[in-house]
Amino acid sequence: MYQFNYQKAGSQDDAVSAAGSAEDPKFLAGGMTLIPTLKQRLAQPSDLIDLSGIDGLAGVEDNGDSITIGAMTRHVDVANNDTVKSKIPALAHLASHIGDPQVRNRGTIGGSLANNDPAADYPAAVLGLNATVITNKREIAADDFFDGMFTTALEEDELITAVKFPVPDKAGYTKFPNPASRYALVGVMVAQTGGETRVAVTGAGQDGVFRASDIESALSGNWSADAAKGVKMSDADLNSDIHASAEYRAHLISVMASRAVEAAG
Amino acid sequence: MPTVSMTVNGKTVSADVEPRTLLVQYLREHLGLTGTHVGCDTSQCGACVVHMNGESLKSCTILAAQAEGADVTTIEGLANGDELHPMQEAFRENHGLQCGFCTPGMVMSALDLVQKNPDPSEREVREWLEGNLCRCTGYHNIVKSILAGAEALRG
Ligand code: FES
Ligand code: FES
Repeated sequence: MYQFNYQKAGSQDDAVSAAGSAEDPKFLAGGMTLIPTLKQRLAQPSDLIDLSGIDGLAGVEDNGDSITIGAMTRHVDVANNDTVKSKIPALAHLASHIGDPQVRNRGTIGGSLANNDPAADYPAAVLGLNATVITNKREIAADDFFDGMFTTALEEDELITAVKFPVPDKAGYTKFPNPASRYALVGVMVAQTGGETRVAVTGAGQDGVFRASDIESALSGNWSADAAKGVKMSDADLNSDIHASAEYRAHLISVMASRAVEAAG
Repeated sequence: MPTVSMTVNGKTVSADVEPRTLLVQYLREHLGLTGTHVGCDTSQCGACVVHMNGESLKSCTILAAQAEGADVTTIEGLANGDELHPMQEAFRENHGLQCGFCTPGMVMSALDLVQKNPDPSEREVREWLEGNLCRCTGYHNIVKSILAGAEALRG
């Protein structure tokens, strides 16, 4: 790791003003992606601003037709939360399969979204469930939030404070994990909410998470595993690496989407 | 250099470290607690698992500074003098280790499982070990050890 300054913020305002006065700051949430990134010397921030001391950023709130999850809520706490389990079981399922138990004990939803790893699970949940990302400045719709791999609409001193998920009529998430890292080779969230069908794919796209419009059209006419499986995805903008070719990922998208539909019921 | 203080295995400790010091380096290099191992650079192997405030985490993926004020338990904190902790004893009895490199992490991870789920099924044990890699045993005896350790702890 390169050298950096470390400070623990006591409040949101503290964190934002610390970021304002640092040369190249980074907010530190659970650190499950940031610390490995620093260890590989893939980033060289001047300052790490630890958010773990800020009150009120963790927890789940039931608003009836939506649930709000605080940015610092850990994966394990989303996975085990009764409101999440009963209202959006697909989201609890997704959270319970991120990384491994030790990663889930530290990693947070806000950290995962701000980082927007192209193979992370939460981006598929936010885009597929049409969630709203709430920051210290504004509310950002899922469709406007993700901006290509590791890039989001967030400004330098903007802090995610919570994420609001509308409760879907049906939703399912299935991923094909890399056997070592548990990151998604392909992960698909399918959801139906008030007549709208959304399908979000993580792990596969060269630009990170994306909506599979062909599968969305197939499913809006006919919500069935076969309809999803029948769609032949193009491999044009998909990743190829040592784990899987673009062609294989294209095939996996339809298969994972069909299993997600089965899981959604 | 900032001073980082915490409680490790029941003792208050403190050391001046660079902000970039990982918890595992703090434990091994500053406190001499070399039972916690480093097997990878990618947060995947789990050789470095310790408990912080009662839950397992990978000490290679957290800064010592983030653990300021925390209560940390490492493998060295388990035995009672010469008497092994029941989970350690179960690993010994069931040949749950060969080279032993992964063992501290396996034991610490197992103890987090059994505190949450005192009577896990074999499948639950295998799933829980997602974040712990062993290059020697093929896992079978590790799973057996954890099941036996869980039973011993249930008493
Ligand atoms: S050394 Fe921590 S996970 Fe490998
Ligand atoms: S016993 Fe050798 S790595 Fe597990």
